[in-house]
Amino acid sequence: MLSRVADSIYWMARYIERAENIARLVEVNLQLLLDFQDVDDAKLKEHWDPLIRSTGDEKRFYENNKKANSENVLEFLTFELENPNSVLSCVFSARENARMVRDQITAEMWETLNKLYLFLKSGRARQLFESDIHDFYQQIKEHSHLFLGLANATVTRDEGYDFLQIGSYIERADKTTRILDIKYHMLLPNVTDVGGAVDVAQWIAILRSASAYEAYHQLYVTDVNPAKIAEFLIFSETFPRSIRFCVQKLNECLHRVSGCQLANYSNEAERLCGRLLSELNYGSVEEVFQEGLHEYLDRIQERLNEIGGSTYKAYMFLPPVDMEGEIQVQQQQQQ
Amino acid sequence: MHFDNYTTDGFFDEMFEAPGKVRPHYKVLAERFDRLSDEEFEEKRQAVDLSFLRAGVTFTVYSDNQGTERIMPFDLIPRIIPAGEWELLERGLKQRLEALNLFLHDIYHDQKILKDNVIPPSYVLSSKDFRREMVGVDVPRNIYIHICGTDLIRDDKGQYLVLEDNGRCPSGVSYVLENRAAMRRAFPNLFPAAGVRPVEHYSEDLLKMLKYISPVQDREPTVAILTPGVYNSAYFEHCFLARQMGVEIVEGRDLVVRDYKVYMRTTKGLQQVDVIYRRINDDFLDPSVFNPDSLLGVPGLLNAVRAGNIGLANAIGTGVADDKVMYYFVPRMIKYYLDQDPILPNVETYLPSEKKDYDFVINNLDKLVVKSANEAGGYGMLMGPWASKEEIAKFHDDIQKNPRNYIAQNPISLSRHPTYCGEAGFEGRHIDLRPYIICGEDIKITPGGLTRVALRKGSLVVNSSQGGGAKDTWVLYKE
Repeated sequence: MLSRVADSIYWMARYIERAENIARLVEVNLQLLLDFQDVDDAKLKEHWDPLIRSTGDEKRFYENNKKANSENVLEFLTFELENPNSVLSCVFSARENARMVRDQITAEMWETLNKLYLFLKSGRARQLFESDIHDFYQQIKEHSHLFLGLANATVTRDEGYDFLQIGSYIERADKTTRILDIKYHMLLPNVTDVGGAVDVAQWIAILRSASAYEAYHQLYVTDVNPAKIAEFLIFSETFPRSIRFCVQKLNECLHRVSGCQLANYSNEAERLCGRLLSELNYGSVEEVFQEGLHEYLDRIQERLNEIGGSTYKAYMFLPPVDMEGEIQVQQQQQQ
Repeated sequence: MHFDNYTTDGFFDEMFEAPGKVRPHYKVLAERFDRLSDEEFEEKRQAVDLSFLRAGVTFTVYSDNQGTERIMPFDLIPRIIPAGEWELLERGLKQRLEALNLFLHDIYHDQKILKDNVIPPSYVLSSKDFRREMVGVDVPRNIYIHICGTDLIRDDKGQYLVLEDNGRCPSGVSYVLENRAAMRRAFPNLFPAAGVRPVEHYSEDLLKMLKYISPVQDREPTVAILTPGVYNSAYFEHCFLARQMGVEIVEGRDLVVRDYKVYMRTTKGLQQVDVIYRRINDDFLDPSVFNPDSLLGVPGLLNAVRAGNIGLANAIGTGVADDKVMYYFVPRMIKYYLDQDPILPNVETYLPSEKKDYDFVINNLDKLVVKSANEAGGYGMLMGPWASKEEIAKFHDDIQKNPRNYIAQNPISLSRHPTYCGEAGFEGRHIDLRPYIICGEDIKITPGGLTRVALRKGSLVVNSSQGGGAKDTWVLYKE
């Protein structure tokens, strides 16, 4: 497979996964807001700030917005094209990458992505956003699920599929760390509220943001318990959005691409991924809290970045062609 | 019911011999459309447009800095060609392509046709697309034009004429295939009744030809399509063909030449490429010999061609045959190389660079169509009878300065075809036809082609970049 194509497939998958996660995150937090009483500016800021921070775009947001109220934040995270992490930007980027590799993905996948793009570009998207915001985000999530489902059902299991999975799982693992991290930020100002009604609502929102509410309750027939939720989202071996699950899949895909055995490694990406996986396989939530949830998640994000970077180096990076040098060599050969 | 008010206005009409009198090969279609209510027709029309949009069957409009993609307007009434007529076209096109390939081989080798003064040598040697670098180079199987899109028109008597041969990178074949798919969805029951020949084997024929020109035949050759990239107006088509054939689509930056061989840069290192269907013009193909500023091409590609390590379709240097001045000489080529008379005539053409034509052209600009020799897409044209004084004066000057760069033709009253025109219902609109010819082990012409239609009333310009649309083209098994 062409390196350039592998790169585009990887980013296509990352962007569509990102769009879905942002849509879910925004929607859940919007719903959560309905449970609050006496919402003033300060409370709103407190509520939305962590969200903006979670996508890493705090600076960009405050450059153009004074207040973090619902309207501004929703606009920024949904439609703002200058924000590369808005839903709209992500869908456009996913589609642009898909367009570059249209010959490598199936017609069904392309059409799903293109349909979502056309919907978002049309006036209907805005209308739906105003009239039924939940349905609006639902559309985005559904298209993303459809896209992944179609990939699962229509793509030949070859390198292209592996790079698609690598993109999806890196992005998903990263987003799960960010969703969990939101709670850390929320906790800080009002430590006294721990265990209160608002706190429970917030932890439930975290679970919903990761599509984990039902799964969590099937496993733990208990109350909403912060430690258990963190344990579930980080260490579950079977829940498809837990960090461990994603890294495990990521590790498998990387090894499939190289053909190297699972217990071994043939490049830096595999080495880093294998190491992170063993840490997750043998880690415990107690250790996480000892280190500090935020610090722990930060570290995981960094390591996911490193894995992404070394995957890029191993397979996608094209040393730029020295055009002038090439031209000279070729002209000499003509003599 | 739909065609009740349809008038032919004295033009040659493809569907009607006279108002109210349908030509026999259109009968089945006319009956089907008669049974269709306005609402049904509108529904089908919208469904087809929507399916094109969703599938991304689009071309990119450059003028727009957003790089907007548009669908080509599609007209639901197909153009129909009966078996006998098609057989004539096939023979004529084959003859033409054979002559053109012999011509290209000749001018890049012995130049007999120039030595015998059948074509004045200066015309060929001064063509900006004549590639000296290709002189004496052997290309696989001696084929130069592998894919040709020849534009045909019909005059006021219904006679087919050749308008030009596109022997560089003709595009549009993806629309032929997509249009057919859309028509099959819109009118599923009509096809068996009408007896339409299929077009879907085009990509198979194309792949077979590409493999045929591979320098290696003892293993499965690696084939790739070379595209300028995602912003090219025909990018959809490049992807479409790659997908249909199951070959790689590559950009210049994906390729390198080492030791006179072409390689792709893959996740597993360099992999040799044997055949390239290039959709980039010569100028941008190899910056080490042609345009040095081009980032689209691959330095060393020409070296690989000369070493015989790569099959390139179309070959480098075929642009000469696209030069409109050379078009003037195609009937002579047919006579010279094949000793035959042309089956399909040219439009009567004048060369201002020939003494005998110069005065006539200069004095009759208001009656002639003038085309510059190397433009495409409907640019660089003067439509004398409809032009302003300023336009005519400008061409007058330009021709005086550089007569070699122009040809002039009598305006042809293009045939018309019933076309849906919104509120006005069905009206006659001018059309042309671009069949796609593949030259490999033998010459294959896909039965059909792209019928382009000038959607504006009275307009003769069918180019999609200038407001043209398309129709499905049906070639029938029978008369």
